[in-house]
Amino acid sequence: MSGEARSDALKLNSPRAATPDSWREGFGVIARILRLTFEHPWQVTFAIGGAMVAAILQLMIPKLLGHAVDQTQAIVDGGGVTRASLWVTAALLLVVSVLRGGFTMVQNYFAEAVGHHVAYRLRLSYYEKIQRLSFSFHDQVHSGDLITVGMLDLEGVRMFFSTGFVRAAFLAMMIGIGAFLLLTTNFVLGLLALSFVPFVAWRSSAARLKLRAAWLTLQEWLGVLTRAMDENLSGIRVVRAFAAQRHEMAKFDKLSQHTLGLQYERIGIRVRNTSMMTFSFFIAMGLVLLVGGQKVIAGEITVGTLTSFLAFMTILQLPVRQLGMMVNSFARASTCGARLFEVLDLNDEIGEAGDAPELAVGDGTLEFEAVDFAYPAAPDKPVLKGISFTAHRGQTIGIVGPPGSGKTSVASLLPRFYDVTGGSIRIDGRDIRSVALASLRRAVGVVQQDSFLFTTTIENNIAYGDPWAEGATIERASESAQLHTYIKNLPQGYSTLVGERGVSLSGGQRQRLSIARILMLKPPFIVFDDSTAAIDAATEQRIRAEMREVAGDSVTLIIAHRLSSLKHADEILFLEDGEVVERGTHDELIALGGRYKALSDLQGQPDDADLEDTKDDRDVENERHAVRQG
Amino acid sequence: MSRTSDTPFDRAEALRAAGKRPPRATVGSHVDREEVFGRMFDGNVVKRLWSYVSPYRKLVFISIAAVLVFTATQLALPLVIRYAIDTGMAAGDPHPGALAWAGVAFAIVILINFAASYVQENVVGRAAENMLFDLRRAMFEHLQHISLSFMDKTEVGRLMSRLQGDVSSMQEFLENSVLSIGDIVLLIGIVCVMLALNVWLGLLTLVVIPVLFVVRIVWLPRARVAFMAAHEANSITNGALAEAINGVRAVQGMDRQRVNATLYDDKARYNLETHLKSARYAQLMVPVVDTLTGIAMAVVIVGGGTMITTGTLDVGVMVAFIFYIQRFFDPIRSLTLQYSVMQRAMASGQRILEVMDVPVSVTDKPDAKVLPADNDGSVDFENVTFGYDPKRPVLKNVSFRVNPGETVALVGPTGSGKSSAMALVHRFYDVQHGTVRVGGHDVRDLTQESLGRQVAMVLQEPFLFTGTVFENVRYNNDAATREEVRRACEAVGAHDFVMALPDGYDTQLSQGGGSLSLGQRQLLSFARALIADSKLLVLDEATANIDSYTELQIQKALERLLEGRTGLVIAHRLATIRGADRIIVLREGEVVETGTHGELMRLNGMYAKLYSLNYASFDDAARELAAMSGT
Repeated sequence: MSGEARSDALKLNSPRAATPDSWREGFGVIARILRLTFEHPWQVTFAIGGAMVAAILQLMIPKLLGHAVDQTQAIVDGGGVTRASLWVTAALLLVVSVLRGGFTMVQNYFAEAVGHHVAYRLRLSYYEKIQRLSFSFHDQVHSGDLITVGMLDLEGVRMFFSTGFVRAAFLAMMIGIGAFLLLTTNFVLGLLALSFVPFVAWRSSAARLKLRAAWLTLQEWLGVLTRAMDENLSGIRVVRAFAAQRHEMAKFDKLSQHTLGLQYERIGIRVRNTSMMTFSFFIAMGLVLLVGGQKVIAGEITVGTLTSFLAFMTILQLPVRQLGMMVNSFARASTCGARLFEVLDLNDEIGEAGDAPELAVGDGTLEFEAVDFAYPAAPDKPVLKGISFTAHRGQTIGIVGPPGSGKTSVASLLPRFYDVTGGSIRIDGRDIRSVALASLRRAVGVVQQDSFLFTTTIENNIAYGDPWAEGATIERASESAQLHTYIKNLPQGYSTLVGERGVSLSGGQRQRLSIARILMLKPPFIVFDDSTAAIDAATEQRIRAEMREVAGDSVTLIIAHRLSSLKHADEILFLEDGEVVERGTHDELIALGGRYKALSDLQGQPDDADLEDTKDDRDVENERHAVRQG
Repeated sequence: MSRTSDTPFDRAEALRAAGKRPPRATVGSHVDREEVFGRMFDGNVVKRLWSYVSPYRKLVFISIAAVLVFTATQLALPLVIRYAIDTGMAAGDPHPGALAWAGVAFAIVILINFAASYVQENVVGRAAENMLFDLRRAMFEHLQHISLSFMDKTEVGRLMSRLQGDVSSMQEFLENSVLSIGDIVLLIGIVCVMLALNVWLGLLTLVVIPVLFVVRIVWLPRARVAFMAAHEANSITNGALAEAINGVRAVQGMDRQRVNATLYDDKARYNLETHLKSARYAQLMVPVVDTLTGIAMAVVIVGGGTMITTGTLDVGVMVAFIFYIQRFFDPIRSLTLQYSVMQRAMASGQRILEVMDVPVSVTDKPDAKVLPADNDGSVDFENVTFGYDPKRPVLKNVSFRVNPGETVALVGPTGSGKSSAMALVHRFYDVQHGTVRVGGHDVRDLTQESLGRQVAMVLQEPFLFTGTVFENVRYNNDAATREEVRRACEAVGAHDFVMALPDGYDTQLSQGGGSLSLGQRQLLSFARALIADSKLLVLDEATANIDSYTELQIQKALERLLEGRTGLVIAHRLATIRGADRIIVLREGEVVETGTHGELMRLNGMYAKLYSLNYASFDDAARELAAMSGT
């Protein structure tokens, strides 16, 4: 039920994308879901066929019961009916019951199975889509929303076939044939017996839709309450420091009271409707009993016919009540499906021509030529303006500048996380947009700012880019990244679990891990995106020395705010507001006495800064631990 | 460095085609499985949780009464029908007026049924919601007061699942319990009525009930294993999806899309298989129940029919039997389901009580005083000994004083006890020996609330709540005006970037201020401390890496913040330490040196050595020193 928790959670580029706002759009979504389900024709046939046979068998039961009552009456009256005929009816009833059970099982199982198969396909498509969508998409869409689409909306689509479509087929059979049988047997009594159907169908659908709306509001508020509690617990130190418990409880109470009110409302809607539906059904039953009784007395119908009418009604009652669930399932599938398909239908913004050739790195010369760039979300705010530089094999380019100067954007352009908006980036004279994306990404290793740890062992994390790597290769890379000693001293060494549920690493250790990841791949182009900030200067120097050895002929791009990180670069670009304002070697720039020099002065004597150490406490703690173990 | 065809990726491609998986690749992870089911019945849990039900016991009793009435009406309806058939439509001599009486009786019964069902569902729903509300509130409030060391050790996610998942499984239990009472009564009622109508036919028909019970008891544990497996497979698959979304930048950066898609396919396929299996188990019961119903009906027809022909049974009774049979499988189904609900509730209850049992470490004395706003802002540590574990003190007999208006820097390596000293000023914990005084009062004699209001604290990690900038800055000080907030922000140099936000001070900060930089969040937390306008400021300097431009801003803001206040600063940066009036050097829980920068340098002790190492961060210098003296 919780699939439709957020009516407008996924706000992609247009706000109307959240829910299909017209009937036609809604039907379009439903039609698409049905197309997906009909990719499993046999199972669909079994489900719907099972539903139809089960409905017919179900309708036979009241008939047989009425028949049995009449038979006994006839035996009593001595109308030439033998007791053996009772046995026949009983046996028939048993067979019909068993068959009904069997066909219902077939119907339910295959309806579920179709849903699960569709869900399986959608899951894979969604996963692959998410992995391919560009960085700019992921920048704009909240990851939590994507997760809910992939979990809950997918669930809404999955449930559609069994709770919506097959049920609709079953109900149509039941009510259609049931009505026909009742009305042909006795028109007036049939009308009375069916009188509750339209009312209950209407109430149940209306109530379901109302409940759904109430549920959506409730979920939204529960989300707010959850966030408030979560924040309180995460920030409990702030709460205690400001002695703000009362303030926090007041906040909690306000939200909690509000959700309680919504719960009351929801209970109210539900109760009013279920009681009303039961009541209307019983009224109809009472009328059938009364009118039918008179007809029995008048000799128009038999007691058996009356019994079969009453039994019919009991059997019809439940499916008619479930009409609301069916309507709900349609409504849910159309909104959930709309959100899901919206993501699946997105174009990969970073496109490549189908026949784009693999990138073959020869000389390994990298050229930025008059590169302009603006993020797709803000196309009129240029981030980089006319950036040009050339780097040959083995060279290092340093990029520095104040926050917001566009440093990091440079790092994202080379592997085509984003595309340039003007100018071009070339490798060996070839525009990077003209080669196969995967081959480009393999040639460019980016040590990213926040290194994401996957929930697996340390060694698998290092080998993330090459999961076939040998243990020795991994250790070599982690030695180069100055991580080996630390890992060796962990109780489980390279098999230590890290990530969400594993050992937590300090900022510096995480950065060293991502350096090891890239060094292991030995790519011809390496980009450090401000990724040594949490590593102390001395360790960084050791890593640089190692790099000269293992990746000496790579082109290295270092983006940093600590000058000691890029002091030795062949060329340093000082960026400000997306433009290169100063360029040259470290000594040239110091001699220039401009912005670079000012930054250098701000950071203290640059030579002493070699020793600058910014490890955090956890680093110290871990290393101590490692030393003790060693 | 041109790539030949023998790259790891080509190898991978070849092996993948052969159906092999990379040995070092995984997606997602296994979930920690919590004990889902507890004991069937745990008297202790029930007894303690009863106190949350008991305020609503009137409602509970009302709904139980309503359930009983409701059940009675359900039992009565087939009897009315029987009366109508046997008396009103008796072949040959129908009793005049009997049918009308049956109609009246029917009307009365269904009216009562309507009222009872309305009352029952409404009342039980409300009672359960209220209980949930109270239980969650009690737990949440408890968490506001229990010891911080417990909070440090426990993941927030775990606590959240207590507050949500466990609480709602208790609610589900309560709501269902009342309905189960109805089920039990209905089942017993049907049995009694059937036996009363006709003992032999009743006994014959009821034979199927034990059969169903046995079948379900055999089926349930197996089915549950299948259901759990499906549930778990689902979490694992969703976990892998979440990982792919959160780590998408790393995935694309290292070109792992294809490997991951293959691995995810394995998980999704397993998920599919377990779900199909669990669907098979779930559907298995359908033909069983239908077959048993068929048997019962056949028995009634043959047995009842025979009795009618021999004149020992009325037709109406047979019809009534048929109606009862349609009903009597429902209670058995819901009762066996209720069994799982109950087990789950017991496990949840246990976990809820575990949280409730964590002791509140620090409480106000009954005669606790309010720390006046005009206290002098001094801090005194007198022979303070403290340890989170009393056997292993973190602070040993520490004494020092911070005079009004003075800024004192606490310096020392990690684990020297700086942070603990800071926590004691706020009375996050109680000392084992000695006294901590703020403004001349023992902190244990003061109300925690007034202490919190008079001592401003800035934590190392700036934490912002969801809400506007304005609400965050004036946090817990509802009296602060917009003008005051603006002035505080101006003072710490935050005003300019706040104004640059889309809605200025009314900009909503989401996800802990994730849209702001670390430096900006730090400045806002300074503004928050400034708004508190207290005499005493306790500050833990951020160690996180901040670029030089921002650092300069923070340094200026810090100077402004300490103006005219007593300051106790856990200092990491040299600039802050040099700017302090006095420096206290801690080492392994003891004060080793005290004095101004000049004095300590002349003393040529530990501080001087640390300083000569010329580190930007003092903690690391201290670590280096320890390493040097060790070798």
